[in-house]
Amino acid sequence: MIEALKHSVNWLSAPPRFFTITLAAFFVLLFPGELGPAWLRRLTRPLQTVYRPKVGGIVFAVLGVLFLASCFDPNFALIVLKPDNVPIAAMIFLVAFFVWFGLKEGRRNDALRAAEQPIIEKRESGDGKVMVWPDLVYTEFLCMILWTIFLIVWSICLKAPIEEPANPAKTPNPSKAPWYFLGLQEMLVYYDPWIAGVLLPGLIIVGLCAIPYIDKNPKGNGYFTFKERKPEIAIFLFGFVVLWVWLIIIGTFLRGPNQNFFGPFEYWDAHKLVPLINVDLSQIIWVKWMHTALPRNPILREIFGLTLVAAYFLALPPLLAKRWLKGYYEKLGPTRFHIMMFLGLTMLSLPIKMMLRWTLNMHYVVTVPEIFFNI
Amino acid sequence: MAVLKKLWDYTRNTQLWNSIFRHGPPDTARNRGLVVLTNVFLHLHPVKVRRSGIRLRFTWCMGGITFFLFLVEVATGLLLMFYYHPTVEYAYVDIVDLREQVPLGVMRELHRWGAHAMVITVWLHMLRVFMTGSYKPPREFNWNVGVLLLVLTLLLSFTGYLLPWDQLAMWAVTVGSNMARATPLLGHEGPGSSLLKIGDISLINAGNDARFALLGGRFVGAGALLRFYVLHCVGIPVVAIILMAVHFWRVRKDGGISGPV
Repeated sequence: MIEALKHSVNWLSAPPRFFTITLAAFFVLLFPGELGPAWLRRLTRPLQTVYRPKVGGIVFAVLGVLFLASCFDPNFALIVLKPDNVPIAAMIFLVAFFVWFGLKEGRRNDALRAAEQPIIEKRESGDGKVMVWPDLVYTEFLCMILWTIFLIVWSICLKAPIEEPANPAKTPNPSKAPWYFLGLQEMLVYYDPWIAGVLLPGLIIVGLCAIPYIDKNPKGNGYFTFKERKPEIAIFLFGFVVLWVWLIIIGTFLRGPNQNFFGPFEYWDAHKLVPLINVDLSQIIWVKWMHTALPRNPILREIFGLTLVAAYFLALPPLLAKRWLKGYYEKLGPTRFHIMMFLGLTMLSLPIKMMLRWTLNMHYVVTVPEIFFNI
Repeated sequence: MAVLKKLWDYTRNTQLWNSIFRHGPPDTARNRGLVVLTNVFLHLHPVKVRRSGIRLRFTWCMGGITFFLFLVEVATGLLLMFYYHPTVEYAYVDIVDLREQVPLGVMRELHRWGAHAMVITVWLHMLRVFMTGSYKPPREFNWNVGVLLLVLTLLLSFTGYLLPWDQLAMWAVTVGSNMARATPLLGHEGPGSSLLKIGDISLINAGNDARFALLGGRFVGAGALLRFYVLHCVGIPVVAIILMAVHFWRVRKDGGISGPV
């Protein structure tokens, strides 16, 4: 019974399934009863109760118990209870809790505003201000004391890891970057190093810096809200939770020897064999579908991929500006709109590329190795 | 009790005390303001803040915790520096000694777990600032300073990761720094690097590209250990402290902790 349960969890943890589940859960929990056709909205509406403190508390308690119970499995414990992985497991719960808490506070404020009552932040202070000494300084002091105690207890209970001495002749399997860079390491699977390791991290930083200049919505400044900023919150949380944190979870807990995927209850067998049959889009179209050899001319060879990429980055934004995102285009103006589109489409290209790899074994959409241009 | 009070009153009237604290006891609004204004550390705060702004449910205290963890890292890091040599011969055994030979020693643990916690609290601080829309005008610039501090936190953690000089450290940094090889133009395996040449002589090779500059060598060795040590203990902390001062000062100048208009 329990073995069957573990097997099904392992089966569901395969990246295509796990990612689909994560994606569905993300949108359903962010917009319960708001997305999709009427039957889906009716079906997901009860999930709004998750944002009630009691229901949310029960959900987190159940997740915590499931996590603790899983630690009795030797394979699960072997990976999750590694000293360096303990904070990452805690990070998953902390991120989940604070995302939930932020959304809950936002929804509470939205409900108060709908009832024409002052929101929490307003009700608590009105326009009133308090002296920093003593009110704020005491809170800070208390916080420092509690954290000092917490850190010392943590340090006594959990020894910092030290492995064998560094040996350049002996590569560990798997070799992993520090945990907070595992999202970037994960991108290396889908993109060439100069894109995954240099261009995309650079664009993450640029994109974060650009947020205040692109977001022209004057509402929701200085208080929790969800209703007044739905698209902004959805985009940010998609990047933070579904891409950054999810990829770290995958990279830490599910990537084993030879960078193969393993379920959480699966033994990390270094001899696990996974067939590698990645093919480029040009090979799929020319060889598989049209039964001809690849053309010599790189432009002709890559014409389909080039068209797709051009359509994605160059044709899609103007189309969206004309049709579905007209309001946004008018509000933001051409410069802001196109910068937002470029950053957003670049971000979205990662899950698209991941899905293409998992379903079609697609390696590159465009590959011109002659000039390092592989997408 | 009466003696203690007498002693306290006496102390507060000495020239020594008054030379340090140039105001009366903080029991009036004026003196409480002066406490903050006349103290170089406290004056990074405003004198008054919104009541809602200092509620734990609003700020989650994440920015403050991050700063506190930075101080913990400075204090524990300083102590670790007394015993640690950034050389290939000694680095690993110094760490093993700290573990095996120091009864009840927790400095390395405090330093490592504090670093992990700091990375997480920076993210949660950023999440809170986003969810409350606190990056909106007039705080756009401070959000940017914050993004730089996020990057510096990750770099601090990354440079520190190498110092124990065990397998975990060396290979994590090898994996991480391999990316620099692929830097456009400046990495010897990056796009465009072959364009930089004079005649037949390539200007960018494994002995002078971006990764070489980062590691001080062609692989993670003695040069990398020294470079990461210097960056970890001096270079990045100095930049981070300057940016933190700007960050806190701008919080104050941009109207204190954010709140509804």
